[in-house]
Amino acid sequence: MSVLVISEHDNTELKEATLNVVTAAIALGSDVHVLVAGAGCAAVGEAAAKVAGVAKVLVADDAAYEYGLAEPMADLIKGLAADYSAVLAPATTSAKNIMPRVAALLDVAQISEITEVVSEDTFVRPIYAGNAMATVQSSDAIKIMTVRGTAFEKAAAEGGSAVVESVAAAGDPGISSFVGRELSKSERPELTSARVIISGGRGMQSGDNFPMLERIADKLGAAVGASRAAVDAGFVPNDYQVGQTGKIVAPDLYVAVGISGAIQHLAGMKDSKVIVAINKDEEAPIFQVADFGLVADLFKAVPELEEELGKVGL
Amino acid sequence: MKVLVAVKRVIDYNVKVRVKADNTGVETANVKMSMNPFDEIAVEEAIRLKEAGTAEEIVAVSMGPQQCQETIRTALAMGADRGVLVKTDDELQPLAVAKLMKAVVDEEQPGLIILGKQAIDDDSNQTGQMLAALLGWPQATFASKIELAGDKAKVTREVDGGLETIEINMPCIVTTDLRLNEPRYASLPNIMKAKKKPIDEKSPEDLGVDTTPRLTTLKVEEPPKREAGVIVEDVAQLVDKLRNEAGVI
Repeated sequence: MSVLVISEHDNTELKEATLNVVTAAIALGSDVHVLVAGAGCAAVGEAAAKVAGVAKVLVADDAAYEYGLAEPMADLIKGLAADYSAVLAPATTSAKNIMPRVAALLDVAQISEITEVVSEDTFVRPIYAGNAMATVQSSDAIKIMTVRGTAFEKAAAEGGSAVVESVAAAGDPGISSFVGRELSKSERPELTSARVIISGGRGMQSGDNFPMLERIADKLGAAVGASRAAVDAGFVPNDYQVGQTGKIVAPDLYVAVGISGAIQHLAGMKDSKVIVAINKDEEAPIFQVADFGLVADLFKAVPELEEELGKVGL
Repeated sequence: MKVLVAVKRVIDYNVKVRVKADNTGVETANVKMSMNPFDEIAVEEAIRLKEAGTAEEIVAVSMGPQQCQETIRTALAMGADRGVLVKTDDELQPLAVAKLMKAVVDEEQPGLIILGKQAIDDDSNQTGQMLAALLGWPQATFASKIELAGDKAKVTREVDGGLETIEINMPCIVTTDLRLNEPRYASLPNIMKAKKKPIDEKSPEDLGVDTTPRLTTLKVEEPPKREAGVIVEDVAQLVDKLRNEAGVI
């Protein structure tokens, strides 16, 4: 039997998170199909058909799916799932909202945020904020799972030539409706796909000090993140949050500024390739995971960093 | 309106979790247990609805061994009115919890159910969505703001790119995110009062629910350790190392 990947998109563009899931799906050893459910989303279907390793793309184009509301989306996926041995989606807020609903409609378990495919029914997933890794085996006929993007390489966005089929909409239960979205506008890359991230913690003292990090971010082409402490203190919005209850990231370079390194924060960034910590407290746990640590007052070090980067032409 | 809140007993978030030597799970003996932090936010939200006159009664539900009663008592001390404990020593996975919750909901008939978006032990982030599916109710997950008006709930949700607002019919399921509210501490008089509030005990058999786990945990291991690196002298050395040694800038 084939496996189905639920794509992440905004009706115009296929989001990169989908590509990591395709890689996880290929590891299951069956034909990979991709579902594009949206409204006016034909271009996304075409993009999905080009992803290397995808055999078929199903497009459900209907007003009910425009905003990805959980109730109509889950009904649609439930109807399609019978033909598949597994349904996989990225561990994004959108799919985390929908997939458990699908699993319960099918009376099966969900395996959340897998980081490794051991076999077609056995997977590894982090528990306790990544302080332990559990290997779990599913006894369900259909495996419903979300995939932690940082644990799988991206499939090539070009090179495939999948068949595109349209599938019928499954109706809208009419119990939920979309009101609006306030998305953070930024010229910087998204946290989950950025190559470099600079994050601030409680040590930043105020949201007014974050522009200091933003100037560094602009020099490095980086995204700006934050610890839960900084979000709780109201310095920055929640969508900046890196950690157990925020975003999981694994950039090439992660710069932690004024972040002590609570377990909850480390859970979100410890798979980064290179970690830099700038903190005035040399006992801060962040130094235990940092490749390069600088014990310094961030209010001196960050402006210096900006200057030094300037000297090397950044 | 009656509000149901789900509260889970988990290892306290400040505890450094250790994997058992035989790789069957994590060490829970003599470890401090607390209410899941997202569930505290759920309880707080229910209390605020009661204080605003929107909710009349708050029922706190927990599932698991006898000690979950302590978690329910915490909710009662914060301001919930009574508790329901579904007692079992068997492992409960999210689908089983959702089925047990549905059976409790069938008896209690609440107008709103508030749950934490995820428990910090298994990090599943599933139960609220599953319960909504089983009940055929709409769901608003990762809520940062809830406004109830008549038979509709307008909920602002934390999504990857920012915030999203949806409107759903009541009765409904809401799961909490961090910024929904800041939970209160229970005062000593309220902790004393909570001891007298009733907790109803049931078993999965009473509720007619099969809780057989669908996932078998084969092993639990430590994650790969990250080696601590070097402490640099100054910013210039840091930039030099990042550029010439690590090659990341």
